[in-house]
Amino acid sequence: MNGAQDLGGMMGFGPIEIERNEPIFHATWEKRALAITLATGFCGLWNGDIGRHARETLPPAAYLSKRYYDIWISALEKLTVFTGMLDVVELREGKALTPPREVPNKLLAADVARVLARGAPYDRPATAPAAFAFGDTIRAKVMNPTTHTRLPRYARGKIGVIEAVRGAFVFPDSNAHGGGEDPRWVYTVRFTARELWGDEADATVTVSIDAWEPYLERA
Amino acid sequence: MSEDHDHGHDHSELSEVALRVRALETLLVEKGYVDPAALDALVETYELKVGPRNGARVVARAWTDPAYRERLLRDATAAVAEFGYSGRQGEHLVAVANSPDQHNLVVCTLCSCYPWSVLGLPPVWYKAPSYRSRAVIDPRGVLAEFGVTLPATTNIRVWDSTAEMRYLVVPERPSDSEGLSEQQLAALVTRDSMIGVGLALSPVGSAS
Repeated sequence: MNGAQDLGGMMGFGPIEIERNEPIFHATWEKRALAITLATGFCGLWNGDIGRHARETLPPAAYLSKRYYDIWISALEKLTVFTGMLDVVELREGKALTPPREVPNKLLAADVARVLARGAPYDRPATAPAAFAFGDTIRAKVMNPTTHTRLPRYARGKIGVIEAVRGAFVFPDSNAHGGGEDPRWVYTVRFTARELWGDEADATVTVSIDAWEPYLERA
Repeated sequence: MSEDHDHGHDHSELSEVALRVRALETLLVEKGYVDPAALDALVETYELKVGPRNGARVVARAWTDPAYRERLLRDATAAVAEFGYSGRQGEHLVAVANSPDQHNLVVCTLCSCYPWSVLGLPPVWYKAPSYRSRAVIDPRGVLAEFGVTLPATTNIRVWDSTAEMRYLVVPERPSDSEGLSEQQLAALVTRDSMIGVGLALSPVGSAS
């Protein structure tokens, strides 16, 4: 979706907030926000793509003005209510009023190190041969789905070159919406800054995206 | 707790967030979905165990061991795993090396994708609109804000982390760093240099 998360090439946000010796967390609530987001995600009622979509569907003004952990928390509030883990009255009151629903998993302290070390690989066996190869010239499709996608607007319609074939990965456009993992090939596609931004752009700059095969067509 | 009183100007707004987080945590624990000890273990992991020192050790090894460097650039996930670093937000790593001709810069314009297993959690600016919007359209301007000025002829390669690959920049080894041990070299490798918004420190400037 063309939400506020798709920031590449926008202007007017001001200087970068560089902070010397930045602490890992700026407040206790940030620590807790990180931890409950990870631990609740582990319950297994949604996947990472659903999580990202919950964040990007925040109203643009909210998305652009919140601290990043607040974006996470706002999404977690939505997801816990949407999946029936919590209800809105409970969130408002801050106390449990209904019995818990069943969830597939619970992250226990003893398992944290193992679970984090394992991670959640998103590569999958390919179900078809790759359509593109190293060096191919492609065009990123012009598309404007109202649903989750990882093709940024600035690349749409632009011509680039396949620089790497990364393998088949879970397809977020499907996985975010209950369509299953539907693995597709992922390619690193490189564009010149002039192709992306016009003739005035710096000739020494190139930009790449990692694009799932359905985002691309032969140029 | 004084830690709950944030830096920054929007004090009331941030307190409101702190309250919402507390309500969520209380409910999730009370309803049995999360283990409070697991929450503490998660925080502890990213506060104390997983951070940019991991990546710095990897880079220092790549500077001193050509065979390791080659493995790292070919399959970073496997090469990083040789140090025991693996897992969340490091499942599919790609290492990209700076050279006199090319400087690499990493961004995630769409969210906050970042190689946690080697760099830890991303800094605030990496997740903020100012960096995410400009890194792809004005990388030289972004670098200038970080105090990095490259020759006008150096090619700049921006990697937008739009899928599951997570990028680690291997900065150039500083000249005048001969004779330093791998450990001493690792101390020259800053987090920013592994994102591409900085360069490795000079041993002269950083000696203490």
